[in-house]
Amino acid sequence: MAAISVPAASTAPAGSGRSVSSSKTRTRRKVPLQVRVRDNLTGYLFLLGAVICFAYFSWYPIGREIVMSFQKTNFAGNTKWVGTANFTRIKHDPEFWTAWRSTVEFTLFALVFGYAVPFVVAVVINELRHARSYFRLLVYLPVMMPPAAAAFLWKWFYDPGDGVFNTVLRDLHLPTSQWLQSTSTALISLVFFSTWINMGTGTLIYLASLQSIPGELYEAAEVEGAGVFRRIWHVTIPQTRLILSLLLMLQIVATMQVFLEPFILSGGGPEGKTTTVVYLIYEYAFHFNNYGSAAALGLILLVVLAIFGGAYLFISSRAEKA
Amino acid sequence: MATAERYQTRTLISQAQLQRRKGKIIYWTVLAIFVPLFAVIFVFPLYWMATGGFKSAQEIIQDPPTWFPHAFHWHNYVEAWQQLRLSRLLVNTTLYAVGALAFQLVFGVAAAYALSKLRPRFGNVILFMMLATLMIPATVLALPTFLTAFHMPIIGVNLTNSPWVIWLPSVANGFNIFLLKRFFDSIPDELLMAASIDGAGPIRSLWSVVLPISRPILGVVSIFAVVAVWKDFLWPLLVLTDPTRQTVNVGLYQLSTGAAQNLFTAALVIASLPMIIFFLIFQRNIMSGLTAGGVKG
Repeated sequence: MAAISVPAASTAPAGSGRSVSSSKTRTRRKVPLQVRVRDNLTGYLFLLGAVICFAYFSWYPIGREIVMSFQKTNFAGNTKWVGTANFTRIKHDPEFWTAWRSTVEFTLFALVFGYAVPFVVAVVINELRHARSYFRLLVYLPVMMPPAAAAFLWKWFYDPGDGVFNTVLRDLHLPTSQWLQSTSTALISLVFFSTWINMGTGTLIYLASLQSIPGELYEAAEVEGAGVFRRIWHVTIPQTRLILSLLLMLQIVATMQVFLEPFILSGGGPEGKTTTVVYLIYEYAFHFNNYGSAAALGLILLVVLAIFGGAYLFISSRAEKA
Repeated sequence: MATAERYQTRTLISQAQLQRRKGKIIYWTVLAIFVPLFAVIFVFPLYWMATGGFKSAQEIIQDPPTWFPHAFHWHNYVEAWQQLRLSRLLVNTTLYAVGALAFQLVFGVAAAYALSKLRPRFGNVILFMMLATLMIPATVLALPTFLTAFHMPIIGVNLTNSPWVIWLPSVANGFNIFLLKRFFDSIPDELLMAASIDGAGPIRSLWSVVLPISRPILGVVSIFAVVAVWKDFLWPLLVLTDPTRQTVNVGLYQLSTGAAQNLFTAALVIASLPMIIFFLIFQRNIMSGLTAGGVKG
């Protein structure tokens, strides 16, 4: 999914729609067969375009991914069933484990920054009575840049020689860093970039949910003598719990498939430190033409992400009902 | 979003607390830190990019870098535009975005309308299968989808390097169907029944009853559709290998090796402008679309 958004609370009371539809099915039984067939055909006709697109670009590829992970195949289409050999092979590839480690590390760093920073920023902006549109406009600006352009810009900032970051650090007489070129800072450098380009979405969603917190709750907490931080802990966070957990799932799913950042900024290096799982899939498939390994690794990632995605859908369906 | 009335509502810190001396000092200190901080974090990179595009070839690789160009080499932008086939990339991306928007609106609206109002048999099964794809991110399926686009089963066509390879997959977006269907669900069936009593067929009802009410959600879906095409990277990288057919993101990646640093920086600016202008024009719609309705926390 390209744009992260949040399922909104339904605009109409859920109950009313259901009762209407059930009364409609009751009247439908009396409708003659011919009319029912015609109505159904019209319905299918309307669905046709979308169903074809889903079939070709979603449903079929899912099946194919599963099948391919148990096959040895190549671009020419010579195919052989190999059982679980693909999985065994990637398991013995040292890059497999480093890729998972990097992905998990990246995801954890991204949670600390990409998840916490927008929330803190939203809480602060929500308290400010001035320049609000200024903050909202600026924080969303990077989201609207072509990601490749932004990534190249940051790659230049990170240059250990004449990059902006080290120049500023040198001017302030602070220690400089190798940024993307050192195994110890490469991942965190990617996270900084990723947070910068993505945080606008989270911040605006948090802001919207903060504004829906009833003021009386803060009032009551204050009367009971709760200071600012206790009010955040006991009112703000519980009141935004649902949206916080939704964005947590989305954040995990989005960062676990990170590709553009390591691809453009660090090329998977140094020493494979920023080779994430999706990057490794890309390497297997399009560098080494090893479709079996790519499909097997993809299937593993798919299962992991589907678990988080399922949790997301579960939470959002509960949000719908609430 | 209305700002005047927002100030009235009680937030974390009460109005009374802000009126106190201590409250005032803290408030203005935080504001005085945040305003320049935001400028540095979010505007400075853009400033650096824009001024970098004006620097001469020597100045831009100079160490330490200059904070302000010695001389404005306007010609860099002209050269970048002419040499780096930027017009081609921008035209391509616009074509892909407009087409993806059209296909998503036509197919997406029709499908959501069928699932919400026409309700054919097994409609729920189809809906479930569409929503289930939400759990499986497209990135993970890049390889099988790529092979499918290369040789479409049954019809046996190769879609790569044609606009279709961007347009058609963009329709397979469960989130759009979900947003549209949920909105259509909120339109009372009585309204459509009244239309059908007046003799309107399904297309007529969709066109003159459903669509006029649905303008807000159509706006949201349209913006998502356009932005998604402008931001996508891995898919166009795989399926648009012909340099004359590439998108801005992929084109920039290909140009990054070989172009002079100052021309390339000018190219980054030119490539970023359309989306930023689009954002400045539609900022209200984009921001409210993002939080469409907002989840009750």
